[in-house]
Amino acid sequence: MRDGAPTRAEVCAAAIADCFARDGEILANPIGTLPVIGGRLAKATVAPELVMTDGEALLVENIIPVGVENPEKVVAGWNPYRAMFDVVWSGRRHVMMGASQLDKFGNQNFAFIGSHAAPRTQLLGMRGAPGNTINDVTSYWIPAHTTRVFVPTVDVVSGVGYDRARDLGPVAGRFHHLGRVVTNLCVLDFETPDNRMRLRSVHPGVSVDDVVGATGFELAIDGDVPESRLPTDEELDWIRARIDPNGLGEEEVPNP
Amino acid sequence: MVPDKRVTIDDITAEVRDGMTIGIGGWGSRRKPMALVRALCRSSVKDLRVVSYGGPDVGLLCRAGKVREVVYAFVSLDSIALEPHFRNARQTGAVTTMELDEGMFLLGLQAAAWRVPFLPTRVGLGSDVMRLNPSLRTVTSPYADREDLVAMPALHLDVALIHMHRGDRGGTGQYLNVDPYFDDLMCMAAPRRFMSVERIVETEQFLAEGPAQSVRINRLMTDGVVETPHGAHFTECVPDYPRDEAFQRAYTASARSDEAWEEFRARYIDVTEAEYQQAVNA
Repeated sequence: MRDGAPTRAEVCAAAIADCFARDGEILANPIGTLPVIGGRLAKATVAPELVMTDGEALLVENIIPVGVENPEKVVAGWNPYRAMFDVVWSGRRHVMMGASQLDKFGNQNFAFIGSHAAPRTQLLGMRGAPGNTINDVTSYWIPAHTTRVFVPTVDVVSGVGYDRARDLGPVAGRFHHLGRVVTNLCVLDFETPDNRMRLRSVHPGVSVDDVVGATGFELAIDGDVPESRLPTDEELDWIRARIDPNGLGEEEVPNP
Repeated sequence: MVPDKRVTIDDITAEVRDGMTIGIGGWGSRRKPMALVRALCRSSVKDLRVVSYGGPDVGLLCRAGKVREVVYAFVSLDSIALEPHFRNARQTGAVTTMELDEGMFLLGLQAAAWRVPFLPTRVGLGSDVMRLNPSLRTVTSPYADREDLVAMPALHLDVALIHMHRGDRGGTGQYLNVDPYFDDLMCMAAPRRFMSVERIVETEQFLAEGPAQSVRINRLMTDGVVETPHGAHFTECVPDYPRDEAFQRAYTASARSDEAWEEFRARYIDVTEAEYQQAVNA
């Protein structure tokens, strides 16, 4: 088992766990390596009520490790792709997605870059982003915080941001809510009067200037920005011994 | 008594004609009717509109020059996030797309299956799905709430192609993995429906293979069935076989140059299904 001081990846995992900690009995659906580690960390520690999948079509109650073939599963539900829409459209899910581009109101793109007729870069497509963002709480995970991701304007809006949700009016946009954006440098949220992205905390070893320099638009920054919290000993034990025994999180976000 | 709906791969490709809309079952790089897709790549058909929860089926058909438009929410190889041939086709402007959320995609198939012109949904509002599909319309609830919703139009297919683990000669099909995907809806949304299966079994055998609910494809949903062992290769078809990751990497490498593609094509596409399976095992 790994030991020593908490790594940047472990700080990220704890910050992701905090995103799901007060959700109650909903489907916590983190997508990506550290999001899954952080989501399972929340369920293992402060939020056992969270419902989580095995990453495919089963709901499981035990905390399964990432990147391990055929882990033992305590199965408590069948959730094939089609059933996921029942969960999403009934408002019982919090997803954490990735983004190729994200703007200051949280509009997200992972469809394509450039023109629709012949994109400069074809990415995934709309996937479930339009449906996720208009129906449920959505958070984002950005493993490499750069000005390529945090842009003034996204090329395509796949996930709906606060300005567009507001334009829809109070009825159509009533289920829209963006939680936090966790990156390898910091935690961001939208807790400002006009829901512009705000710097919530910087990870230990990262300065506010580092974040500002890696962001292509002006962030809301009020006063002294706190440091992201360190994971507790209990959390480190969960991550290192049981959730990520092979250190996949360390590969996704190398320790600086 | 069951009818005999067994056909050949060639019988199926003969049903697919220029300009048709074809729906392909499976999901990403999972349980795709690849033997049928390879046969389509070899055929003379062109200008297809492909409707798929996309994987290498979409990439191969695009690279083989069979596709006019892709109706999709994603095209992915799962363990390789982005489909390389689809990317090339998009980035050179070779194919157009209808950009949909994956739930809107479900509603489009369901509307076609239920023979209604659209199904209402909140999904799409506020996103660029509306901008990129200028023909999409919203509808206002006729009830007191007067809520505005997207009217997701029916996605009518001409032909549906799916791959199941087991089938009988009558065209009943059974999946043995954990997820049925949307294969039954694909079939319900099309007037002509063809299913390849790993193995044709006697009808009496189904319940020895899996529970009644795994017999997802009933005879009302199919017009023909063909046995194509290993026919989903190189996509995942557990429990019969996992995804062939090494082959998928070789497939991905074939997108790097015209020469690489021609080599791949000569070895794995411009050959019979039997020769393909032999080449894969070599």
